[in-house]
Amino acid sequence: MTTPLVEVAGLRIEFPTDGGSVRAVDGLDFTLGAGRALGLVGESGSGKSATAYALLGLHRGTGARVSGTVRVAGTDVLAADDAELRRLRGGAAAMVFQDPLSALDPYYAIGDQIAEVYRVHHRVSKSAARARAVEVLDRVGIADAARRSRSRPHEFSGGMRQRALIAMALACEPRLLIADEPTTALDVTVQAQILDLLHELRAETGMALLLVTHDLGVVAGSVDDILVMRDGTAVERGPVASVLDAPAAAYTRALLTAVPRLDGPVPAAADTDVEAETETDVEADGEPENAAAALSGSAEDTPAVAAGARAPSFVKDQPSPARGAGRVPAADDGALLVAEGLRREFGRGRHAFTAVDDVSLTVRAGETLGVVGESGSGKTTLGRMLVRLLDPTAGRVHYRGRDIAALGEKALRPLRRELQMVFQDPVSSLNPRRSIGESIADPLRAEGRLTDAAVVARVKDLLDRVGLDPDWYHRYPHEFSGGQRQRVGIARALAPEPKLIVCDEPVSALDVTTQAQVVALLGELQRDLGLALVFIAHDLAVVRQVSDRVAVMRGGRIVESGTVDEVYDAPQDPYTKGLLAAVPVLDPAEAAGRRESRRALRDVMVTAH
Amino acid sequence: MPPAPPSGARQIWRRLRGRPAALTGGVVIVLLVLIAAGAPLLAAIEGQDTTSYHPGLVDSASGGVPLGHFGGISGSHWLGVEPGTGRDLFARLVYGARVSLGVAIGATILQVLIGVAFGLAAGLGSRWVDSLLSRVTDVFVVMPALILAIALLAVVPGSFPRPVLLTLVLGFLAWGGFAKIVRAQVLTQKSLDYVAASRLAGSSPWRTARRELLPALVAPVLTYAAITLPTNIVSEAGLSFLGIGVTPPTPSWGQMLSSATTWYQADSSYVLLPAVLLFVTVLAFTVFADGIRTALDPRAASRLRVGTRAGRRGAGTADSAATPADAASGIPGPADPRGGGAA
Amino acid sequence: MTGLPAFLVRRFLQAVLVLLVLAAVLYAVFYIAPGDAARLACGPKCSTAQVAQIRGQMGLDDPVYLQFWHFLQGIVTGHTYSTGTGSLHCPAPCLGQSYRTGELVTHLIAEKLPATASLALGAMVLWLVIGVGTGLLSALRRGGITERLLTGFTLVGVATPVFITGILLLLVFCSWLQWLPYPSYVSLTDDPQQWAWNLLLPWLALALVEAAKYARLTRSSMLETLAEDHIRTFRAYGVGEGAVVRRHALRGALTPVIALSALDLGTMFGGALLTETLFGIPGLGQQLVQSVQLKDLPVVVGIVLVMGLAVVLANAVADVLYALADRRVVLA
Repeated sequence: MTTPLVEVAGLRIEFPTDGGSVRAVDGLDFTLGAGRALGLVGESGSGKSATAYALLGLHRGTGARVSGTVRVAGTDVLAADDAELRRLRGGAAAMVFQDPLSALDPYYAIGDQIAEVYRVHHRVSKSAARARAVEVLDRVGIADAARRSRSRPHEFSGGMRQRALIAMALACEPRLLIADEPTTALDVTVQAQILDLLHELRAETGMALLLVTHDLGVVAGSVDDILVMRDGTAVERGPVASVLDAPAAAYTRALLTAVPRLDGPVPAAADTDVEAETETDVEADGEPENAAAALSGSAEDTPAVAAGARAPSFVKDQPSPARGAGRVPAADDGALLVAEGLRREFGRGRHAFTAVDDVSLTVRAGETLGVVGESGSGKTTLGRMLVRLLDPTAGRVHYRGRDIAALGEKALRPLRRELQMVFQDPVSSLNPRRSIGESIADPLRAEGRLTDAAVVARVKDLLDRVGLDPDWYHRYPHEFSGGQRQRVGIARALAPEPKLIVCDEPVSALDVTTQAQVVALLGELQRDLGLALVFIAHDLAVVRQVSDRVAVMRGGRIVESGTVDEVYDAPQDPYTKGLLAAVPVLDPAEAAGRRESRRALRDVMVTAH
Repeated sequence: MPPAPPSGARQIWRRLRGRPAALTGGVVIVLLVLIAAGAPLLAAIEGQDTTSYHPGLVDSASGGVPLGHFGGISGSHWLGVEPGTGRDLFARLVYGARVSLGVAIGATILQVLIGVAFGLAAGLGSRWVDSLLSRVTDVFVVMPALILAIALLAVVPGSFPRPVLLTLVLGFLAWGGFAKIVRAQVLTQKSLDYVAASRLAGSSPWRTARRELLPALVAPVLTYAAITLPTNIVSEAGLSFLGIGVTPPTPSWGQMLSSATTWYQADSSYVLLPAVLLFVTVLAFTVFADGIRTALDPRAASRLRVGTRAGRRGAGTADSAATPADAASGIPGPADPRGGGAA
Repeated sequence: MTGLPAFLVRRFLQAVLVLLVLAAVLYAVFYIAPGDAARLACGPKCSTAQVAQIRGQMGLDDPVYLQFWHFLQGIVTGHTYSTGTGSLHCPAPCLGQSYRTGELVTHLIAEKLPATASLALGAMVLWLVIGVGTGLLSALRRGGITERLLTGFTLVGVATPVFITGILLLLVFCSWLQWLPYPSYVSLTDDPQQWAWNLLLPWLALALVEAAKYARLTRSSMLETLAEDHIRTFRAYGVGEGAVVRRHALRGALTPVIALSALDLGTMFGGALLTETLFGIPGLGQQLVQSVQLKDLPVVVGIVLVMGLAVVLANAVADVLYALADRRVVLA
């Protein structure tokens, strides 16, 4: 029997902190054979990145305590001296990092940085190393590699930087590639390209891959085996197809269930299976019905929504000159908020750019409108204009028939309570210096109608409503997890009994299980309270899960819109098609199929970059 | 989980407690303040005052070198007497502490008040107000404050009490750093979501400012004040050393150093006393300020985290064009050297 | 690069504004202040009539804004003074003449500048070598006794005002050990060896204080750079620690240091007032302090403007250095 390329046994990693130490990895064993690909999957804090770093001995000198056995390509990493370790790093095993901008030296040309690394491991001349750099840059798909190798990192786009980093890894023909969340910072279309590239390179060079990620969809099409981690230990391992198809561990099942599906609420045979199990699994987390309800989609359970929303009431955004004049809907057709020709510019003079460009849309009472787009598409700006946190440069916002786009702050104040927002960042959306109760009470106190006791009682009700303990009123945000903070944010938005809530990426900063719970909560609240939601997200699957209708944004414009079924099942716009094709799926076989279709689509698809 | 706010007084105290150097600095500062406050009492206990000449205690033949060892130390003159005049040094030093600390603290308070007012107005005001006030602030940041102070001090009539004048001059000339910090902080805060949430809650701008913005200013202003205070002590001493600040018979450590420079060859203990005191004071304040900065710096706590970044950053990073791009710019470093250069 | 010229223009306008404000404030202050410049210029023995005549010649009867305007005009076009017996021409950047001696302020400044420059440049070389050296050493030898010693040294240095360091140096090296003579300034062109020998203590006094500041800055900047992601990348690719520091950390870490030295050099060129006074170096700083005490307005305004110019220029240079080092600025 041959020795595997990577052998990890009894790995323990502890980080010293203010109050003692934190054990990030606690007794982990795994092996990775030459040429194989292993996906290390887990949510934040599971210890997956710490494990990846340990393979190259990167914890050395940081104060972290690492014990156990780590053998990589014949090197005993924990016992090796510095020279041996340097030979391993980059030579036998190379690493690709999450944030490709900060991972490259801003002062040097990319080709020079690759050449430098090459020369560490090979005694060659500078020009030979430079030639090798151009060769690998060309290999990873950088067009005009000789010229582009002279560029510095900030002159590359995000996707190109990640390609450059992969080129650096390739330079010394390592036997193992460690990729730490290589696509997390990238848009979904670019993510697909990078994953496809990794796949091709592996097939071509026969190197092994350790792919560290939080995203089950990313591993599905990219690895042979999978290791699910939680709290520093392995929860489940096995061939990727069998683990994803028939997970043995309850945690894996919960994780899989929580992953939003692109095929959305359409009940497939395989899906119902998983969902049935989920009900008992997620129960541990305290919200059985919610999760199941939301995961099974809104169509059947939500009569109020189902009635009104499925009608294509969306104002189609086709650039027809006649459109601007018409379609101010009468109040009685259910339209709560109608935006017309919204436009927003930032900056002045040469630096001016248009973030939102002539966008029109309608939100009906009680329905969810999804807005989906990649970074820079203008979706956040649009959301903020709808609740008038930003002033539109041009266009109108009719709220219940009244144009609020140009109202002054004072005139707007009485209306503020009816239009609320849930923010993306659970850290910056709560004032760290005020208790969560006071944050939620803010709109009530500003209104000044209720007595102090009544305010506190109402806030406690709201805390209970969003699944938090009412006695946590006096606690501060730093004592809560991301998901809990997001619940506080939702409670705050609910406090003034709004008619419409704009949710700006409400779950994108959360782990996938938490994400599912928060999405479920939003769905449930909407049903019970008859709220209208505008759900802004980059994640197409999440949007499909929650929305009745959806608008796809790109470069400040809406390129396609319609009911979720129309847009997802029969996309018309090539950009939408490309986006949908890029979304990773959980079924390895399907992932392979989609990879092929992406290759075919590549000519048609125009990426956002 | 402890139910305390993350930057509350208790938290700061907890963090400071773990830093013996900062605590020692704090103890020294408290002692110095007590000495300054109790100067009349201390002088009375010794039985001396700051102005009485004691010609019998200096050697008029040698030009006024104190008689006896170590600058004339004796039971009635605990730290000896001033060469030439025979004035009691202990009394002059403890009264000098009053002037040195008083001027520095007064000037710091003035700088904080003016700087915070300018910074707030610039940060909260309209674009027009902001650019006007920022230009004014820039002028004061770039202005060689000490040089201008020298010119100003020279023309004010001698009848005006010098310590008050010094306080005013230092206070009104060197507030630019505070204004910049406050403005930057306000702009950063303004772009945060919780301030947006406060607007959505229907709060008036004043209500939002009071509840959300102002509390966030406490930590950075406090930190910068702790750094500025020793600078002001040195500025006062420097000006007095040049003979332009506090002038005899009023004692201040700088003034004592100034007159000591003519005596250092003959009577080195006269030089060493104010020099050591000044050194200890500045050191104590510097160490204490370092401690405060670490205790208040939210980054200090998170610096230890390694390797486990939770990143879902792809979403909407370039999308958040809604936040002003210049929000975080223009924070002068803690060791901002501008305006302090009369070395 | 499109941003840089615009930036320079803005910086230039700001510099001019600062200098104008400075000059105006000084004029106003001295105008309000009691004291008669004409009597000052004439000397104590002058009669009232003589004083009045001189006042007329000096233009002191004009309103203050007109005097200020003439002063500004003189900077651009030069000025010709009538001295009663003849006339004195003051060429283009004319800063007026001393009330006390009648000497042209520009001449006076030119005369004092070499001493100030000698002090500033020599001290800067010393403080950069000492400061950056200790800073780098303590950043790279973390956790050892070296780091503790160096941290202690920098703390003491930062907390010691230059006049205290200066006095202590004089006391130790001149009074007690008598290794060095009490410094007295010798011009570089007269005797280079004596020049350096006599400036040694002033240089040390200035440099020790500054070096402490630079050591702290270098250390924190280096540690910050070493914690950046791209440093981790090169470590993860087997690049040796020495090469990582030399090639990938040093440049980023030293950018603020270099910008700060530009700033400090400007301030020093503006006259190290305390050091010059303490060591009796006949530079701009010493002259300023003397002129202030004599209420010799034209000299004060002239020197303050030159000092202000040095500081403002240094600020601009520091900003440009930062802008150039900024990773997003692409140099054509």
